Amino acid sequence: MSAEATLASHDDSSYRASRAAGRAGIYAALWFGVILMIVPFLWMISTSLKSPIEILSFPPTWIPTGHFVQEADGSWEEVYVVSENEAGGTVVVTSVDGAGERTVDAEQVVDRVRLRFGNYLEAWRQAPFGRYYFNTIFVTLFVVAGVLVTSSLAAYAFARMKFWGRENLFVLFLSMMMVPQPVYIVPSYIILVKLGMVDTYQALIIPWIAHIFSIFLLRQHFRTIPNDLYDAAIIDGCSRLGFLWRIVLPLSKAVLVAVVIFTIVGTWNSFLWPLVMTNSPEVRPLQVGLARFSQEQGTNHELMMAAATFSVAPLIIAYFFAQKQIIQSLATSGLKS
Amino acid sequence: MDPVTAMLYIVPAGIVIVIFRMVPIASAFLLSFFDVKMGRIRGFVGLAQYARLLQDPTFWSSLGTTGYYVLGVVPISLFLSLFAAVLLNKKIRGLGFYRTVYFLPVVTSLVAVSMVWKWIFHPRLGLLNYAIQSLGGSPLLWLEEPRGVFQMLAETAGWGWWPDWLAGPSLALIAVIVVAVWRGIGYNIVIFLAGLQNIPEQYYEAARIDGANGRQVFWRITWPLLSPTTFYVLLSTTIVSFQVFTQIYLMTGPPVGGPMGTTKVIVYYLFEKGFDAGGNMGYASAVALILFAIILTLTLIQRRVVERRVYY
Repeated sequence: MSAEATLASHDDSSYRASRAAGRAGIYAALWFGVILMIVPFLWMISTSLKSPIEILSFPPTWIPTGHFVQEADGSWEEVYVVSENEAGGTVVVTSVDGAGERTVDAEQVVDRVRLRFGNYLEAWRQAPFGRYYFNTIFVTLFVVAGVLVTSSLAAYAFARMKFWGRENLFVLFLSMMMVPQPVYIVPSYIILVKLGMVDTYQALIIPWIAHIFSIFLLRQHFRTIPNDLYDAAIIDGCSRLGFLWRIVLPLSKAVLVAVVIFTIVGTWNSFLWPLVMTNSPEVRPLQVGLARFSQEQGTNHELMMAAATFSVAPLIIAYFFAQKQIIQSLATSGLKS
Repeated sequence: MDPVTAMLYIVPAGIVIVIFRMVPIASAFLLSFFDVKMGRIRGFVGLAQYARLLQDPTFWSSLGTTGYYVLGVVPISLFLSLFAAVLLNKKIRGLGFYRTVYFLPVVTSLVAVSMVWKWIFHPRLGLLNYAIQSLGGSPLLWLEEPRGVFQMLAETAGWGWWPDWLAGPSLALIAVIVVAVWRGIGYNIVIFLAGLQNIPEQYYEAARIDGANGRQVFWRITWPLLSPTTFYVLLSTTIVSFQVFTQIYLMTGPPVGGPMGTTKVIVYYLFEKGFDAGGNMGYASAVALILFAIILTLTLIQRRVVERRVYY
């Protein structure tokens, strides 16, 4: 395992010390990486829970904080500090709803952690995110179902049926994988216009229900299933489709899970295609809606970060439950964009 | 086996592949020889689009910008992910934890990630400029700075004048590169880790017995045996990098591709020609085919070399 090569016989204390230092260096480097990976997410969540005033504070704060002033009746009112008068120890505050300014003693103002989950509701309300979410889930479900059906059938034919031109047809399919999306997006748009599918769910679903790499992956797996099994099943009166459904697919669960995972991640996060193919909010998926929201909002960073958070949350939560499968699936699929 | 039955199984996938892959790819090729405006074909123009394209300074600058981007992302991502993978391949406690964290950005959408980074790069309120200022530096206009980084360095060093062709990638492009490296590194780490774990343990034991030091083991065993993996990562990262679009679209603008067009990459140029500015789809197809030629060449090289140099 260990690539740090050294003579095993060296075990004097200076060697041990340098080895320990090396270990510490490795962990330090790895933790530095962890921080770099995590900080943008923490900053996103931190910002999403701040007030519009706190967004502007410099130096920036990590833990969203609110200023509170105790009222005569003992209740606490949240206020914004408008200006500070250091000499007198007094500050001008305004209530959060902007109802009016007043001057209080600086000591009366208490800072407390204040997480504004309301930003999430506000962001959700400012654009039809409910609709966007529905659209993305709806499209993803159909694409996943479509990919599973079309890929299993095609892979089954390519793996277990002999017909003239099989290899050539398969290679022709595979060669299509080499063509990057920007190449075919313009003519695809024209085709979808001609089919009357632009700005419909069909434009987001149908072109993606055949996934060549899934066919390839399933075919590789289907070929490992022994022929004897097939012969036995046919003798027992199983049809060809029945064999696929009852024997081949149950034996291919791991590969099918991989296909499902990279289809979900790819569909959920796709951007250029839906950006071009949709223009009304009724069919617009989450990512395009989020991009529009970010371009329209401009300065409301707390709302933008709230929207970004709830857009990435489903996949991140799924990732924490099934990281091993997700990492493996995405790595085998070669999905990178 | 009766070919009609087999075809029935292939047709559901086949029809979609024909209509939404083969036909569009063939059309992209054909369209590039026609003058098309707003989706209407106005005449055959032969190679005129290509001739016009090659004389279009924006095309060349977008190709140059893409080149800068690829040259930035690929070596940095390769180096950092290889470095991290080698560290993770040592007997490390909590390997799963580090791998999980490094891979996390790969799962997230590029749209959300671009928004978060745009906020980190904010000139006044951004986290990055705050960090720079607390370390005693002066804040930078990350996404709004049109000057090239070499030019900026030269000016800091006291040179007043600097030739345009030596200006280098703009600071905004560097910011976009940072995001791409951050997002993609986890994927490459996982690939490198798989490659490292395929190297038989006996080689390391033999080297240890022969008294090889760490550096020798890396250069004589790890590096050569890892070369097919490295090559795969190199070319797949290059291929993906040539297609960069989302970060450009979300981080640099409005107008997109700014400041002063210094982040206008080839796919954004294609998008603009095909969909934004009057829908000149023939011209956009010519751009697409040049991109395709570049990527096809890389893919073919990848096939050749990986086939020839398999060490497993």
